[in-house]
Amino acid sequence: MSKVKMHRSTPSIDMTPMVDLAFLLVTFFMLTATATPDEPVQVSIPSSVSDIPIPERDMITIGISKDNKVFFNVDGQFTRAEMLRNIGQAYNISFTPEEEHDFAVMASFGIPIGSLKEFLSMPREQRKELVQPGIPCDSLHNELGDWVNQARIASRNRARIAIKGDGDATYPVVKKVINTFLDRKVNRFNLITGDEKAPAEMAPKKSS
Amino acid sequence: MAEIQGGGGGGHKKGGKVRSKKTSTRIDMTPMVDLAFLLLTFFILTTTLSKPQTMEITMPEKLKKEDVQTEVNEKKVLTCVLGSDDKVYWYIGITEPQAKKADFSKDGIRKVLLQKNAEIREMIVLIKASDESKYKNMVDILDEMTICNIKRYAIVDITSADKDIVKEASQI
Repeated sequence: MSKVKMHRSTPSIDMTPMVDLAFLLVTFFMLTATATPDEPVQVSIPSSVSDIPIPERDMITIGISKDNKVFFNVDGQFTRAEMLRNIGQAYNISFTPEEEHDFAVMASFGIPIGSLKEFLSMPREQRKELVQPGIPCDSLHNELGDWVNQARIASRNRARIAIKGDGDATYPVVKKVINTFLDRKVNRFNLITGDEKAPAEMAPKKSS
Repeated sequence: MAEIQGGGGGGHKKGGKVRSKKTSTRIDMTPMVDLAFLLLTFFILTTTLSKPQTMEITMPEKLKKEDVQTEVNEKKVLTCVLGSDDKVYWYIGITEPQAKKADFSKDGIRKVLLQKNAEIREMIVLIKASDESKYKNMVDILDEMTICNIKRYAIVDITSADKDIVKEASQI
């Protein structure tokens, strides 16, 4: 209680609506955010006018990096675990439950099957550091085909196959991947591309 | 600085009237709001707005030996050879083709495709990617097929004859 009553009006504004809005937005972004697992390589995809959205689940994604390495990924932890078990059986490698779990929560990988067990036994940080050599997909030694096969079996044939290639990957490696698909009677697949505005001269789509 | 502005808690008596002074329950919300905005900024910056799209492609089955391939009129066939440095070479027919160079710009291969698609009925486009071409080129040419509304196209392997044609055309 001061004697001189200089009632200074504090220049305060009611910030409640702003804060409300801020929290609304925070909630929105939190709920829509999806945690993307660490990819071993950065892939910058080319753009296209196609506007088919990618299915959220059951996707087999073959990544092709800038330096023409091939990576493999499939959605679904159970699918991955089962796939690894089957691959292990086919190649006579047994994986421990811990390794299976680690594999199931991993992102895409580009490790030959022979050194996969060694890779999975590494600590997580070391795994991140390692430069992955890519999955062999030559016609003589085609591990990619086995992965695709096992992933399809493990996903009960629901999985769709997509190529996520870097724009600068050269065609021969893309051809090798496509040939791998064709050899396994996979004739329909997707190419993952970025967004691009359709040009004006594009013929209108028929609504049939 | 989270303080609760009590407004002088101990109620002092004045004039005998007992007045339990209401403590205002006003909390300084500045830190909370700060945090909220921090989170907001974080989420806004980390979300990717444009989800990648996908284009569907269907490849023909691998040919078996006994399969008979259908023959088509060579005048209806336009071949696009994807070369190095984002260039594309195109020609019509197979006998003595005159390859021309184009690029992936708006006035490049798209103009050609639109024009030829209008001229030739039931045009078939063969896409031959050379070893020097990039994956981006393949996506681009498939994209042009969609843009120009060409229904009949196929990705086929490049032949040595194509390579010679391209070599010739690239020197011009």
